[in-house]
Amino acid sequence: MSNTSHHLWHFHGGLKLPGHKAMSTGSPVARATLPAQLVVPVQQHIGEPGKLLVEVGERVLKGQMLSQADEYVSAAIHAPTSGTISAIEERPIPHPSGLSALCVVIETDGEDQWIELAPLQHPRAKSPTELRQLIRQAGIVGLGGATFPTAVKVNPGPRAKIDTLVINGAECEPYISCDDMLMREQADQLISGCQLIQYMVSARHCQIAIEDNKPEAIAAVEAQIKAEGLSTIEVVAIPTLYPTGGEKQLIKVLTNREVPSDGLPSDIGILVQNVATAVAVHRAIYLGEPLISRIVTVTGEGVAQPQNLQVLIGTPMAELIAQCGGYHKDAARLIMGGPMMGFSLRTDELPVTKGCNCLLVENSAEQLPTTMPCIRCSACAEACPAQLLPQQMYWHASSKNFDLVQDYHLFDCIECGCCSYVCPSQIPLVQYFRFAKTEIWNQERDRQKSDHARIRHDFRQQRLEREKKEREEKLRKKKEMLEKKKQQEAEQGDSAPADPKKAAIEAAMKRVQQKKAAQQTDSNDEQ
Amino acid sequence: MQFKTATSPHTTLPGSVQSVMFKVLLAMVPGTIAMIVFFGWGVLINILLASVVALSCEALMLWLRKRPLKPYLFDGSALLTASLLAIALPQLAPWWLTLIATAFAIIVAKHLYGGLGFNPFNPAMVGYVVVLISFPREMTQWVPPLVEGHVLLSFSETLRVIFTGELPLNYTWDAITMATPLDTVKTQLGLELSISEIESHAVYGPMFGAMGGFGWEWVNGLFLASGLYLCFKRIIDWRIPAGVILALLVFSNVFALYDYASFTPPTFHLLSGGIMLGAFFIATDPVTAATTRKGRWLYGLGIGSFIYIIRTWGGYPDGIAFAILLMNMAVPLLDYYTMPRAFGHRWNEFPHHHKGDEDEH
Repeated sequence: MSNTSHHLWHFHGGLKLPGHKAMSTGSPVARATLPAQLVVPVQQHIGEPGKLLVEVGERVLKGQMLSQADEYVSAAIHAPTSGTISAIEERPIPHPSGLSALCVVIETDGEDQWIELAPLQHPRAKSPTELRQLIRQAGIVGLGGATFPTAVKVNPGPRAKIDTLVINGAECEPYISCDDMLMREQADQLISGCQLIQYMVSARHCQIAIEDNKPEAIAAVEAQIKAEGLSTIEVVAIPTLYPTGGEKQLIKVLTNREVPSDGLPSDIGILVQNVATAVAVHRAIYLGEPLISRIVTVTGEGVAQPQNLQVLIGTPMAELIAQCGGYHKDAARLIMGGPMMGFSLRTDELPVTKGCNCLLVENSAEQLPTTMPCIRCSACAEACPAQLLPQQMYWHASSKNFDLVQDYHLFDCIECGCCSYVCPSQIPLVQYFRFAKTEIWNQERDRQKSDHARIRHDFRQQRLEREKKEREEKLRKKKEMLEKKKQQEAEQGDSAPADPKKAAIEAAMKRVQQKKAAQQTDSNDEQ
Repeated sequence: MQFKTATSPHTTLPGSVQSVMFKVLLAMVPGTIAMIVFFGWGVLINILLASVVALSCEALMLWLRKRPLKPYLFDGSALLTASLLAIALPQLAPWWLTLIATAFAIIVAKHLYGGLGFNPFNPAMVGYVVVLISFPREMTQWVPPLVEGHVLLSFSETLRVIFTGELPLNYTWDAITMATPLDTVKTQLGLELSISEIESHAVYGPMFGAMGGFGWEWVNGLFLASGLYLCFKRIIDWRIPAGVILALLVFSNVFALYDYASFTPPTFHLLSGGIMLGAFFIATDPVTAATTRKGRWLYGLGIGSFIYIIRTWGGYPDGIAFAILLMNMAVPLLDYYTMPRAFGHRWNEFPHHHKGDEDEH
């Protein structure tokens, strides 16, 4: 149901950024070629890593579970294609600090042979709990980039009442277009996924929010809703303004309500899911397919043929770039995600993960801007969607005054980059805020450690004291017993002639003396 | 392929401190030209002199503080300080007055406090106040605007007056300088004349012009126009000048309505002296102004109020410099107590206290 006259609200600040999206939307989503080797990290989600189910040398089929989610906040991973496991070892993964982590390496056999799938014809015959279990089995995580396990998110608990399901198709970061293409090409699956999630959380309404710079996507989804004659799902075209796609900002725009700083959207009756996640839910339930691939936007001035690709998880990034015609000669930076919040990678020898929505290749900037001192112009505060005062936070963060920087609500910073973007002094503000957060976390950890140590020390002290007391008590009791005994004996022995012990000792002494005297006379005789 | 890494965001606006400063400098051009037209070449000579002094002092201090010369010397901030200061000084002020004021502004008020971005007080206003207090006589060497009976000196004559103190033949200081309208009102009110009597006075009358002082109306009008342009372009925050003007309007209206014979009308307050220059170009110096939206309102209102109070009851004819410096002092307080409500927070989370402080006990 189209609703163009929907009343919308604003969040503070935000930026109108050049989109650069048309660059990668010229051709339909192509299938990435099957690589010879897939490197599938065991942990691609927020939460605990899963438990490995496979061994080196084992042959796996497409869709076979490689690790299972044992903990509640965890997600399973699956073999993206059929092949043989050649290694289970630490490999570099896409991470801001260039870390390595446990990966399952699969030599693909080119057969792409599926395991037996169990599609559901009538999901509504199942309970929401059963459907959540299927989502959990399918290893679905938030595909907008946060990679939080979806099975957990669609279980808001008995206390929270979800009124509105918001499907996030804003895609507000420049260059990225994977959600746009998904909405254009898979609107039917998207709507089906929305209905499933709506059913699971019993939300009365569903709003699919799409920035108004994606008219094709809006039209496609609206047409699908109209064709199915749905009345509880509507498309809301929202103004293109970065970072409208942020969960809290999107809710503000749609409802004028603010998610409490220390709360979740479910506290105000809202659940937000990304469009790609909704499609993954549809595929998991209706087709029985686990999450083994995603659409990745390969784009930027530094790549020859920008486009969107349907990519198997674990595909090396270098192969995607090669499929897109390779690098431009000035290519200088590889970014996973968008230019505002993505992180830059040291190398392209890394696997695509569930959270990888975009590979952006930037050419070298002609001139690096010089950083100047802050002139307190407040352009950052005017741009901040969290209504913070970045320049004050910067001041306190750079002087390591971590108490004050928290007074200025450091932890409400979503690191969207608006402040750094507008700063005339070219100060990398977000970098300072990340630094402050890390420092505070470290301090907190140290404090907890020392608290723990103090508690242990206290316990030891207590134990020692207790033992000492026990010993003393024992001693005292023993003494008392003796005393009592003595008294008793004294009471009894008042009438007795003398102390028998003393008499015995005296007798012994006498005997010794006599013996000595006898020896002496003997020795005298000998002399 | 290997790449260099960097932290997000990976793109920024091409803006710079330099471009901000030069836009403000550019916006000062129309008002400055009007000043040259009405008050003679002294304005231009002062600006050039102050700029040379400012850049020299800036270079000296950067060298002493072992800072890179290039990015700072050409960031435009020293030039802006020099220009604001030069325009505020009397047109025939001797060269050493301009030199002292500018050198003090750059060396003491700016660099001894840490240079660009770290000075709590507006350097131009510190320099101005230093010479205003130290050399009160020289600070009255204002040229009367181009009115009947007065002739502006030529460029070379002005140059000679400024650098040697020698007046051209047949001229006296009384003939070429004159008290400003603000000064005149103050003196004449002290002599128990009413406002209307002063404005229709044979000698002083013409300099009051139509609204706020002959020539001054144009100067203020042009500074207002270019100041509004800067607000529109978001280079300066409109809240500060709005606060200044609003406070002046409220005060002058209330008192003029109460007693129009002893209190000057609002138009006079807004269009005489350096009000528009002060409100749009000096008070909006981001380094020394409040930073929050509410804080900037209060900062502007405070400046406007102090200007009215000093003009009306203070010892000086105009009080822009004092008003700005007084409010500079209040900035940390204003910033702290006008912190905006952060997203997802309630209003009543203030005042802040540190958890740690309480946990200790």
